[in-house]
Amino acid sequence: MSARSFIVVLAVLAVVGLLVFGLASKGSSRLEEGDAAPTATLPLLDGGGSESLTDYRGRWVLVNFWASWCPPCRAETPALEEFQQRHGGPRFTVLGIDTQDLSDDAQAFVEKFGLSYPQLRDGNGDTADEYGTTGVPETFLVDPAGKVRLAVPGTVDEEYLREEVEPFLPNGKS
Amino acid sequence: MRARGLLIAILMLAALAPVAAAEQRASLVEIEKQVMCPVCGTLLQLAESPQAQREKAFIKRLIAAGKTEAQIKDALVVEYGNEVLALPPDSGFSLSAYVVPIVAFLIAALALGLGVWRWRRAGGPKDDGTPRAAGPSGEDAERLDADLARYDL
Repeated sequence: MSARSFIVVLAVLAVVGLLVFGLASKGSSRLEEGDAAPTATLPLLDGGGSESLTDYRGRWVLVNFWASWCPPCRAETPALEEFQQRHGGPRFTVLGIDTQDLSDDAQAFVEKFGLSYPQLRDGNGDTADEYGTTGVPETFLVDPAGKVRLAVPGTVDEEYLREEVEPFLPNGKS
Repeated sequence: MRARGLLIAILMLAALAPVAAAEQRASLVEIEKQVMCPVCGTLLQLAESPQAQREKAFIKRLIAAGKTEAQIKDALVVEYGNEVLALPPDSGFSLSAYVVPIVAFLIAALALGLGVWRWRRAGGPKDDGTPRAAGPSGEDAERLDADLARYDL
């Protein structure tokens, strides 16, 4: 192969590579049942360190993406807190992930609703992207092995939590 | 002589002070043109979503607190990450956003220049023996002109 042909092939490969990279990084699709939940380490919303979903292995985790500026998030939050009060324990927790939000606004939101479950912060939205969310709120039930068992785009309410999430949980206070 | 030098220095400082103050004074309108609404994916200037409203309120609070434009942009990066900046920072990996197009342009210009130079050195297009299309003969040209003249309006 002559030097000129080599350069042409190299240029074509570079263009094709850029196109593939562009398509691949355009966004992932929403996680589905059976997919492994991403385990990025995120800072705690209150600034006291960081956590990863791997820290919750062995527990059922209801991962809820929210933001303080999102009205549907405000609507569903009391039901999530109530669910946490009834089921939260060593085998289950709700885990809030505040995404693309101002930390002060998010803190005020947590205080206003008296949220007792752990809260992580995803300021740039990268983790929400990894889960394939298209907005807030979105909720994922992750089993003790780290696999997604339910994916809910949009709000959850008391009825949904009771009928769809509760059957997965171990009996009694989890 | 020393007094004169001192006077000149004082005058220069006095002249530069308002410029420096103007550079530091932050304005919502100016910052909105330089940062994104991360949720909408547009400039904050064009966004009216609930998240954009909160971001604008955040900027206004920092302006009221006397923060400079650079400090406000830094605070936005802390909240939303580098993606909040409309233009990527000119350091680290983001620098490639500025360097790569310039390098690509230079390489393309160099390749073009080299190609033209080689082509000119070779004496223009080569005669590869392919018969060139000849124009019409004298008789045909006259007939063509006559035909065309008939279509004149």
